[in-house]
Amino acid sequence: MPWWLPATSALCVVAAVVGGALVALGVAAPGFDIAGNLDDAYLWRVVWFTVLQASLSTLLSVALAIPVARAMARRQFPGRGLLLRLFSLSLVIPTIVAIFGIAAVHGRSGWVNDVLVLLGIGRANYLYGLTGILIGHCFFNMPFVARILLQAIESVPPESWRVASQFGLRSRDLFRLIEWPAMRTVLPGVAGLVFMLCFTSFAVVLTLGGGPKATTLEVAVYQALRFDFDLGRAVTLALVQLLLCGAIVLAVLQLAVPGTTALTEGRLYERPDTGGRLGRAVDGLALLLTGALVVLPLIAVAVAGFNATAAEVLARPALWHAVGQSLVIALSAGTLALLLGGAILISSRSLRHRLGRPAAAARLELPASLILVVPPFVLATGLFVLLRQVADVFALGMPLVILVNALMALPFVVRFLGGPMMEEAQRHDRLCQSLGIAGWNRLRLVEWPGLRRPIGLALAVAATLSLGDLGVIALFGSQDFATLPLLLYQAIGGFRMTEAAVIAALLSLLCLALFLVIEGGLGGLGAFRGLRRHRHV
Amino acid sequence: MAASARSGVFGGTVMSEAPLLQVEALSFRYEDMTMVFDLTLGRGDCLAVLGPSGAGKSTLLSLIAGFEKPLAGRVVIAGQDVTARKPADRPVTSLFQEHNLFAHLSAEENVGLGLDPGLRLDAAQRRAVAEALARVGLGDFGRRHPAQLSGGQRQRVALARSLVRDRPLLLLDEPFSALDPGLRLEMLDLVRQLQAERGLTVVMVSHNPQDALRIAGHSAFVYDGRILAAGPTRALLEAREPAELRAFLGPEPA
Repeated sequence: MPWWLPATSALCVVAAVVGGALVALGVAAPGFDIAGNLDDAYLWRVVWFTVLQASLSTLLSVALAIPVARAMARRQFPGRGLLLRLFSLSLVIPTIVAIFGIAAVHGRSGWVNDVLVLLGIGRANYLYGLTGILIGHCFFNMPFVARILLQAIESVPPESWRVASQFGLRSRDLFRLIEWPAMRTVLPGVAGLVFMLCFTSFAVVLTLGGGPKATTLEVAVYQALRFDFDLGRAVTLALVQLLLCGAIVLAVLQLAVPGTTALTEGRLYERPDTGGRLGRAVDGLALLLTGALVVLPLIAVAVAGFNATAAEVLARPALWHAVGQSLVIALSAGTLALLLGGAILISSRSLRHRLGRPAAAARLELPASLILVVPPFVLATGLFVLLRQVADVFALGMPLVILVNALMALPFVVRFLGGPMMEEAQRHDRLCQSLGIAGWNRLRLVEWPGLRRPIGLALAVAATLSLGDLGVIALFGSQDFATLPLLLYQAIGGFRMTEAAVIAALLSLLCLALFLVIEGGLGGLGAFRGLRRHRHV
Repeated sequence: MAASARSGVFGGTVMSEAPLLQVEALSFRYEDMTMVFDLTLGRGDCLAVLGPSGAGKSTLLSLIAGFEKPLAGRVVIAGQDVTARKPADRPVTSLFQEHNLFAHLSAEENVGLGLDPGLRLDAAQRRAVAEALARVGLGDFGRRHPAQLSGGQRQRVALARSLVRDRPLLLLDEPFSALDPGLRLEMLDLVRQLQAERGLTVVMVSHNPQDALRIAGHSAFVYDGRILAAGPTRALLEAREPAELRAFLGPEPA
């Protein structure tokens, strides 16, 4: 098999879906007029707000993540392991669950306001609008950035810390000379990704934006399709998002190649700067803030879930129907994402390892990341318009949600699997070549035993993301076709908060269970623990 | 026999019989460095390739094994032009410095891969695996996994695999340089014994002249992508010419 075939096939599928959807929508739009749409003041207001909130969210996430990563790198405290694990998985927490938790903490009758009333200050209504969007985006992205930065700090050779101890470097010297240079190499890449995630964010903006003043392009696309059925405007908005966000992200990615992503080991190194009183105070503050921002909303979900209506809500057949459909979507989308991502990576690995062309390999992997820039609603609607002539309209919902969810999970598969696949090749490629181990034999005897853990992780991430996703389902959802996140969104929208609390808790548990079952089942955790010790062989 | 330098300084190869390995004007480019190699090696000979790191020693081995594609030139092994062949189809076995074994497979299975890349072995093949392991002194270690073996034992397993593969040319890319001195000499002696028993032709990359003296009748000195000097090992090391070789060997002991 030629090296380029897998990636070319996968990228053809991606290109056909994206291109087909955009063209179909453009053609279907009656009196489609890009110039007219572009002339609209509303459009540019939306663009301005999108850029503003994405920039602020990125800035805040990174600014908070730096002290948090530092504190995690040099402090041992109870719950550190758990927090690390949470940081590693922050991106797969269902958005709508987190939103529920954030509302329970920060909402008008939330915990913060309860405290304010106790203190005699009175209620403050600060959640909905830009503040809410920033809280929501920091909840997801600060831990993600902190984890990548922590990895960068951990990759500093232990000798550096010993040398620093001998020279008596102070805390700020350590930061300037050791930590900052390590962080700087990964920052542009991770900031670019966070910017893209915030730029295209949907559920957070829809629920916490609080009105037409705080609308992003992605939400505007959804509204154009769902409420106005203005296909032309949806395509225009999508194209603007594609060009603008794509250009910004490409520019950022030019600055540095993002590091590979794996779960952090969370090792603590002996450092000379753990004693200082100021340092302790700063770290304590950073960790406290983390607790308030990230942990509190999750606790709120757990606490609210156990309420009096739980038994009644859990007895509804509609709920379990949605659970079933959610699981089918999650597993199918996850598998599809894994296949597409794996195909791209097989080719890019060949390009990187055997042909010695890392830049070309990175370009090959880029479309898998840039897919995030395409609004999923445009994809789904475009395909719907395209396919409704040949297929049963009511049968289309499920496959379309699966396909679009798979594409949206693709960047994460590539990130989680890329590094380990490359390492596997560096260890074993020449040996396989010289022994003639190829094709099925290589997959069975070499790749699978070495990669089952990262494969399990990638599939778990992709499936869990899809399980918790409130995306195109918001467009296609109906009485008969609903997922758990959609039911939760409808409950929150209808102010049925006790019902929402039960669904949020159930969805969280389901995501956790799915993640652990896939990761543990495929990864063969026990078997692997033995293998990792032997990795140096 | 001798390795011949392209420049002609050591031109004029003396051949005892038909050469087993011929490397003809084999060129390769890595970043800014252009390499050109010419080399001839007789059957049953052992050649040490010496030189500083980054000179192109390992690249030469990779080109012979087929891991890298040359820009021009030919590799002829046992009279057959193998330049276009895949690594597995060349009559060559390679031993690397590390990662010679699959960590999740036992010693037996690692050796068995040399007989069948799908690891479906019949009784005769399983016997051959056991014999090869016994020959390198690991008769009782077949069931162990690499992590349960010492560094020297792991390289013995890899040597056992090269025995069952039964290819005439053995390429060693500093496979013992991470071992303790005594163990390293032990392994070099084992290679020499196996070479004599099986009539193997060996090319060994090393940065240690002592290794060359121990097992290699001939040595070639690689510098900046060229073979600068070649000849019988002892004569080459005593001549200390050209200047680059002198610099590589360091000051003479007082």
